Amino acid sequence: MLRITELVKRYGNEKAVLKNLNLEVPGESVVSIIGASGAGKSTLLRCINRLVEPSSGSIELNGTELTKLEGKDLRLARRRIGMVFQGFNLIDRLTVMENVQSGRLGYLPAWRAITRNYPQEDIDRAFHLMERVGIAHYANKRADELSGGERQRVGVVRALMQEPEILLADEPTASLDPKTSRQIMELLRALASELHLPVLINIHNVNEAKEYTQRIVGMRFGRIIFDGEPVDLDNEAMDEIYAGVPAEERGGAESSTHLREVAVR
Amino acid sequence: MSSTVQPTGRTWKKPPFIANPVVRWGLLLAVAAYVWWALTTLPFDWERIQDGIPRAIRIFKGAFPPSFIRGELLFDGFMESIKIAIVATLLGLALSVPIAFASASNIAPKWLYAIGRGIIIVARSFHPVIVAIVFVKAVGFGPLAGILTLTVYSIGFVAKMLAERIEEIDWGQVEAIRAAGGATFVTLLYAVIPQIMPRQIGLSIYQLDSNLRASAIVGIVGAGGIGSTLLNAFGRYDYDFALAITLCIIGVILVSEAISGRIRRNLW
Repeated sequence: MLRITELVKRYGNEKAVLKNLNLEVPGESVVSIIGASGAGKSTLLRCINRLVEPSSGSIELNGTELTKLEGKDLRLARRRIGMVFQGFNLIDRLTVMENVQSGRLGYLPAWRAITRNYPQEDIDRAFHLMERVGIAHYANKRADELSGGERQRVGVVRALMQEPEILLADEPTASLDPKTSRQIMELLRALASELHLPVLINIHNVNEAKEYTQRIVGMRFGRIIFDGEPVDLDNEAMDEIYAGVPAEERGGAESSTHLREVAVR
Repeated sequence: MSSTVQPTGRTWKKPPFIANPVVRWGLLLAVAAYVWWALTTLPFDWERIQDGIPRAIRIFKGAFPPSFIRGELLFDGFMESIKIAIVATLLGLALSVPIAFASASNIAPKWLYAIGRGIIIVARSFHPVIVAIVFVKAVGFGPLAGILTLTVYSIGFVAKMLAERIEEIDWGQVEAIRAAGGATFVTLLYAVIPQIMPRQIGLSIYQLDSNLRASAIVGIVGAGGIGSTLLNAFGRYDYDFALAITLCIIGVILVSEAISGRIRRNLW
């Protein structure tokens, strides 16, 4: 269970990117987060594993408060949170196996990491997951030799190697062609149910969000303005999330200037 | 279809590099005045130059043909130079890597960055010959002074170039390892080192090459190696031996240049 309460994120002295955001993700649900660029989707995900420092509020994962953690405690918490990136973020010059094993770095003593002396059970687990997603034969290839879809599969396996309690996917399909993109979404959905893993997916493609997830969260200007099943996401809701229709809760000079900025962009 | 272009009588000239004519001519005049002043105030002693020409001819006559009689001395000198270059390169590289990490603004905290950059600036500010003079005074004549000099020289170059490469890394790879819960050291090892490895190898080979050349020069001020052999040859008026040494230095440098060039080409 992930529970986010009153989360605020402000970069420097600028206007808040996330404004008193509340979100609960129970059990094993797969949740899509949609919203225009700049709505705060990426910041929200990065606040959860603290790649971005939240300004205030609370994020609780299975009973652990994440926002106050420091040093070793933070690393122990991070290793329970898997992340998949838009640009894959594989270590290009290392082999696929080393990339996959880097998901275990939070568990390994440094000497094992340095000598690449991975425990046998991690290697077994890696081959099992790589076979599951169809990349086992690439184990000794360098990561930059793979195609986009294959690289994202490596990214997914790396995250799963962490044995995560939740998986964060930041636009996992935005760098892929439509067919590969659907394969990755299908894979995420299947893995979520096989591993009983809650998954949060930031996504631009609303059709994919509707097709592959049970719950959709719509963000605009750092707030959640839609939260429901795919069938509830009608045209009106879509307009509210994406179009320049002012919602009641904004209003005031401040937000109208923000709107203009968005329009200029 | 072609249309005839009517001559308009307009001309075109490339605009001058400095648009303002006052600045342009003023600058030219200032440079000319400085050169004239420098030439008239520097003490050129034409008589001494005249006396020197026959002396130079005598030296060159004495140098031909080059003498390889004391080949053993020559060989020993080169072996010492190569030893100095290799030891200094290894030592310099070992120190350069941590200093480079400390001097990369994207991964080092501000205080560490200041220390790292400080070390690089100090290491870079003096020519190896000046550093060698200091070390010869400090630890005496011989190869140790040479090794220390070239170690400092290597740090100045390798640490600076490597730090700049670290500042250009793809941050996404660092984020990924951090997100997996990797500790700082492990993150550097998995997300940064693989990205800078090709540059590190290229720099290492270049620095070995460069240290080999510099070891001949720092030897002249007493820091051991072939440079010292050359200095002794001059001191004893063995100009033919000195020429032999010089020719060998050129040969060795050409060979090392060719080898390192080939290795670097194959790396990329």
